[in-house]
Amino acid sequence: MLHTFMVYVENKPGVLSRVVSLFRRRAFNIDSLTVGRTEKPEVSRMTIVVDADEDQAARIVANIYKLVNVLLVDDVTGSQALFRDLSLVKVSAPPDARAQVLQLAEVFRARVLDIAAESITLEMTGGEEKVDRFLELLAPFGLMEMVRTGIVAMRRGAKSSVPATVSEEVRPVEDGSVSYSV
Amino acid sequence: MGSEKPILTGARILWECLEREGVKTVFGYPGGAILPAYDALRHSSIRHILVRHEQGATHMADGYARATGGVGVAVATSGPGATNMVTGIATAMMDSSPIVCITGQVGSKLLGSDAFQETDITGVTLPITKHNYLVTHVEELAPAIREAFYVAKSGRPGPVLVDITKDAQQSSCAFDWEAAAPRMRGYRPDLSPAKQEYEKALQLIREAKRPVILAGHGVVQSGAEEELKTFAERACIPVAMTLLGIGGLPAAHVLNLGMMGMHGEAWVNKTIQDADLLLAFGMRFDDRVTGNLKNYAPKAKKIHVEIDPAEINKIVKVDVALVGDLRKILQELMPRVETTNRNEWIEHIRVLKGDSAVRDIQNLPDLGHLYAAHVINDLWRETRDRDTIIVTDVGQHQMWEAQYYKHERPRSLITSGGLGTMGFALPAAIGAKVARPDADVWVVVGDGGFQMTMGELATIVQENLKVNIAIINNGYLGMVRQWQEFFYERNYEATPLVNPNFAQLAQAYGIRSMAIKKRADVVPAVQAARAHEGPVLIDFQVEQEDTVYPMVAAGSALHEMIRRPSPIVETAADE
Repeated sequence: MLHTFMVYVENKPGVLSRVVSLFRRRAFNIDSLTVGRTEKPEVSRMTIVVDADEDQAARIVANIYKLVNVLLVDDVTGSQALFRDLSLVKVSAPPDARAQVLQLAEVFRARVLDIAAESITLEMTGGEEKVDRFLELLAPFGLMEMVRTGIVAMRRGAKSSVPATVSEEVRPVEDGSVSYSV
Repeated sequence: MGSEKPILTGARILWECLEREGVKTVFGYPGGAILPAYDALRHSSIRHILVRHEQGATHMADGYARATGGVGVAVATSGPGATNMVTGIATAMMDSSPIVCITGQVGSKLLGSDAFQETDITGVTLPITKHNYLVTHVEELAPAIREAFYVAKSGRPGPVLVDITKDAQQSSCAFDWEAAAPRMRGYRPDLSPAKQEYEKALQLIREAKRPVILAGHGVVQSGAEEELKTFAERACIPVAMTLLGIGGLPAAHVLNLGMMGMHGEAWVNKTIQDADLLLAFGMRFDDRVTGNLKNYAPKAKKIHVEIDPAEINKIVKVDVALVGDLRKILQELMPRVETTNRNEWIEHIRVLKGDSAVRDIQNLPDLGHLYAAHVINDLWRETRDRDTIIVTDVGQHQMWEAQYYKHERPRSLITSGGLGTMGFALPAAIGAKVARPDADVWVVVGDGGFQMTMGELATIVQENLKVNIAIINNGYLGMVRQWQEFFYERNYEATPLVNPNFAQLAQAYGIRSMAIKKRADVVPAVQAARAHEGPVLIDFQVEQEDTVYPMVAAGSALHEMIRRPSPIVETAADE
C-alpha cells in the first residue's frame, strides 16, 4: 500500500540526494517526492509517498532517521491529515468541445489558466483521488500534456506537527535519550 | 568575540583538531590537493605513516580502530587518491568500524569543472559512509572534523569522510575549539529501550527451555564482554558467535559453542535450529549466519538487542527488540534475570556434538600433508601465551582461522566480515600493530589476497614494524575453487594462481622469510618468527585442494550442512 511520510530535514546542500540515495540503495520504490521550504529557514520539508507494507514502512522510517541531517519523520498514512496534489493539464478543446471541458472544470473547481484555439490549460488541486478522477474524465477529450507535483501533506488542528526539537534552539547533542520499540 | 583565539590556516586547524580528538597516528598518501595539509604537518606531533596505496591507508585506519575501539584516521588527496579509499570505506561501513577519512579536494572555485584530479568523492561515498562532509570554507572545518569524530564513534560506529577543498586548507580563520562542538539536531545515537520492552524480554527468557545467545560484533564494540559472560552464566544460556563476535566470550568458556553460520560447526547450527529462543546480541542476521530464512530457527522466539533501529525486522522478524547500547541493556537486564540451570538443553547440545571430533582434521595422522588447519592450530598453540592479534584476509584461511584459532580475548581477531574484502589483512595488521605496539601481530592471509595489497610490505619496513605474516599458500583462490568444486562441476576457471616466490619477494623488501612444506616445520618456523626482532614472512605451502567443512550451501537451511567425509583418514589416504 502507499505510505506517506513527512520528513523534516536540515536545509543544507546535498540532503535531498542523501534521502534519494537511501531509497535507491535499499530498493524502496518512491511514488512521489516533493521538497520545499517551511516556516523555518533552517528546515526543509519533504513529503514522500512510497509503496511499502507495514514492516517496510517501519524500516523506511528507521533508515531515514539514520541520515544525520534528518530531524523528524512522521508517517501520516491513514491519518486525518490533509493531502494535496496539484496538476497542470492541457486538454484538447476545439470550439465544439470547449463548453464541456469548461463545465467539467467548474464541477471540479479547476482553474482555467489558458484558453487557445484548440486547447485549454487547467490547474487542479485536491486530494490525489480527486485529481485522478478529474484526469480520467478529461481523457476522452485528449490529454495533450499533464504534470503533477506529487502529494504534500499537513496534519489537521492547531497543533503543529513540526517537532519540538525543530522549534527548539540548537542544543548540544549529549542530553536526553529516546525510546524505541517494535 | 574570541579575540584571543589564534588565527590559523585550515591546514593547521585540521591537525590541531585531530590532536584534540586524541589522534596520535594517521595513515596517508600525499598529493596536490592535500599538500597544504601535509605542509602543516611539521607543526603537529601526529605521526604520519606513509602507505603505498590509499586502500591500504583505510584498512590501516580500520585495523587501528578495531584493535583499540578508538577512531582510525586515513588521509589522501583528491581524485584517484580519494577513489582508492572506496574499498576500505565500504569495508568499514559493513563492519561498523569507526574511521575518519580526510581527503583533499580541488579549490572551491574549480568544483564541478572537471578540474585535474577532481572527483565528487562525497557523492561517490554517499552510500558507503555513515556521513560525509564537503568543506569549502575554512570556518566550516573545525565543526566538520569534530562532528566527523562524534558521528564515527557514537551509536552504531562507521566511516565518515571529510573532503576539504585546497583553498579551505590554505585560507585562515580564528580557531575556536569549544565553539566547534558538535550541535546536531537530528542525530540521535543514544537510543534506549522502553520499560515494557524489558519486561517482554525477561518473560521470554523466563519461559525459554532451549535458549541460545547469538553474539555479534556489537558485544566487542560496546565493550560488553563481561556483561555477556555474566548474563550467559547466570541464565545458563549457551553462546554462539558470529565471525566478528569471536573474542566476545573466551573460546574456552564452557558456554561458548563456537562460530555459527555457513562454516560454523554443525552442532552450533543445529543448536540454533533446535532453540526455542534466540537472543541476538549486537548482530544483524547476515545471510552467512542464517542460511535459508524460510526455515531458520523455526521453533524460536527472537529477542534482538541492537543499537541500530534499522536492523530490527530487516532480515528476521523478532518478537522483542531492545534498541540501544548492548552493554547498558545487559546491565539493566542482569539483576532481573533468574538464575537457572538448563541441564537438559546443555546435554542435548552435547549429544549434537556427536562424532564431530572424529571429523576434525586435527585428528588426522601426519601423512605428509600440510593442511591449513594444522598451520592455524599450531600457530594458536605457539602464540596463545602472549597478547596476540590475528588479522586475517578473506577466504578459506579466514574460515580455518575462525575454526582452529581459539580466541580468548576481545579484539584479538581482526577480519573483514560483511564486505569480505580481499587484501584487507596486511594493511589492517599494520594499523593494529601501530595501535597496540606491545601486542604480537600475525597476518594470516591467502596467496591471492596477499597479492592485492602486498605493496604495504614496504610500509612495514619503512616504519620498522614487527608484523609476522603467515601466507596460507595453496596456489588457488581457494574459497572460489571450493565453490567451483561443489557447485560448478570442478570447473576451476580462473582460480589457479601462478605465484611469485614469496620468500624471495620478502627478502627483496628486507624482510626475513621462510618457506614451509612439512607439518613438523610449522612450530619451529612460528617460534623463529617470534624470536626475530623484525618482521617475518612465512610461506606455508599447504594442501592445494583442501576444503572448508562443514558448509551450508547457499539456499540450504542452517542444519543442512555439507560435512567432511568421515573418517577423514580415508580421503587423505586415497589421494
